[in-house]
Amino acid sequence: MIIRKPTRKWEKLPGKNTFCCDGRVMMARQKGVFYLTLFLIVGTCSLFFAFECPYLAVHLSPAIPVFAVLLFIFVMAMLLRTSFSDPGVLPRALPEEANFIEMEIEAANGNVLAGQRPPPRIKNVQINNQIVKLKYCYTCKIFRPPRASHCSICDNCVDRFDHHCPWVGNCVGKRNYRYFYLFTLSLSLLTIYIFAFNIVHVVLREYRSKKMFHVDSLTPHCTVLEVLVCFFTIWSVVGLTGFHTYLISLNQTTNEDIKGSWSGKNRVQNPYSHKNIIKNCCEVLCSPTFPSVLDRRGVMLEDSSSPTHSDASAASTHKSSNPVSQTTKSSAPLIPNEHTPDEAKPGIGAGTQKSTSSPKGEKPPSPTSPNAVAPAVIKESTH
Amino acid sequence: MATEFHNLQELRHSASLATKVFIQRDYRDSTICKFQTKFPAELDSRIERSLFEETLKTLNCYYAEAEKIGGQSYLEGCLACATAYIIFLCMETRYEKILKKISMYIQEQNEKIYAPRGLLLTDPIERGMRVIEISIFEDSGSTSSSSSGSSPSSSTAQ
Repeated sequence: MIIRKPTRKWEKLPGKNTFCCDGRVMMARQKGVFYLTLFLIVGTCSLFFAFECPYLAVHLSPAIPVFAVLLFIFVMAMLLRTSFSDPGVLPRALPEEANFIEMEIEAANGNVLAGQRPPPRIKNVQINNQIVKLKYCYTCKIFRPPRASHCSICDNCVDRFDHHCPWVGNCVGKRNYRYFYLFTLSLSLLTIYIFAFNIVHVVLREYRSKKMFHVDSLTPHCTVLEVLVCFFTIWSVVGLTGFHTYLISLNQTTNEDIKGSWSGKNRVQNPYSHKNIIKNCCEVLCSPTFPSVLDRRGVMLEDSSSPTHSDASAASTHKSSNPVSQTTKSSAPLIPNEHTPDEAKPGIGAGTQKSTSSPKGEKPPSPTSPNAVAPAVIKESTH
Repeated sequence: MATEFHNLQELRHSASLATKVFIQRDYRDSTICKFQTKFPAELDSRIERSLFEETLKTLNCYYAEAEKIGGQSYLEGCLACATAYIIFLCMETRYEKILKKISMYIQEQNEKIYAPRGLLLTDPIERGMRVIEISIFEDSGSTSSSSSGSSPSSSTAQ
């Protein structure tokens, strides 16, 4: 018996994401800038721990490197959590749902004359007494929920889409926004911390030894390098943290801010804001963590997409090998296969009679039409 | 119970699907997870309105409880933040626990109420929390009468 590795759902997911560790890790395709982020953080911190910390631990306090280590671990944890988690991707509509929505749209639009452009697919919903327009996504075939947007880089609709961040190599959305914010906040603190203690280190050495950097020639170069990296990082990361703090206090996303959804005259006010900074912060940072709806690690079968395996596969294999006839034991149509493999007799006459009278149930291979319908029916019913 | 489960399984694998109805999200209270309780016309002849509304109300309550921002969510958030969210690798979040409850509730509703009426509810988590999919199978009334009719005929044929 050949044991094949089960196909997991992440292998068949549409969109331009890359997956690692058998579906546990989910990122965008372009990861170059993410590696640069990792390199800058790990590199700068390594230099700090190697060249500054020994001096500072001895001459000032051992708590300094300890706190730096804790902060570094927190920054890395937040970065990896932001980069590797599902940002809140909305799965694409299955065919039945897509058709249902199409029918609703056609019913709403009425008859469109040939040659005339059909009206844009927009649904108006009222949220907190404001009218919000929900747009239709042609790729995902759904009306996007409020605050969701389609990321063209990852080719997915993301719930509460903030922005696609190349520095973390992933979209920032509903599920990982707080990790992203904590990452920028802790990185700001870490950068300021390293910058400050670099300055302290230089000042201490100058005052204590009167001769600048007489110990070795490598330390001053590393210090200068760290100071440079930290200086430029501070401007960008602290600025970014400040910007996101502002957005959180207003309960807005970067996407909404850029598009000016809630600003300017004649525009609706932000219907999601609680008009209270504390409440807005609590909602964004302290709300329950929303689980992923993607089910990346669910097992897929070749003939059906549902994780309820044994019955579906057994049904289809049994159909081909062992025709099941309806027995006199049960009044309801027989559940396929596992109960009656021996009793399956190709009673064609009986099968024909049964198939005409009861369209439900397993059919023996008879020339009547319900047999052709049945395999498709089984497949559909297991979706 | 065994008979009910038998019917639910048979519904999934041997019944023929007539159509599907999708209950959409209700966004009036912002982006919290809530489904419209409007009774679809297709279910008019299949199930009593009160039963359907009861199911939806209960589901909406479960989701509201899961997304409630209160003492427990603050505690969970602060504890998780203090451990750099590493604790989530070993602990199940409150939301996940409630989702399991919801899944069991839907299974129970399917077994007791919907399957005997030839309907099947799909857990919204399997559809991205966008819709509640209700599969409508061929009328169970006609099936049971025809299958009981077929039994004596099969015995005579064999």
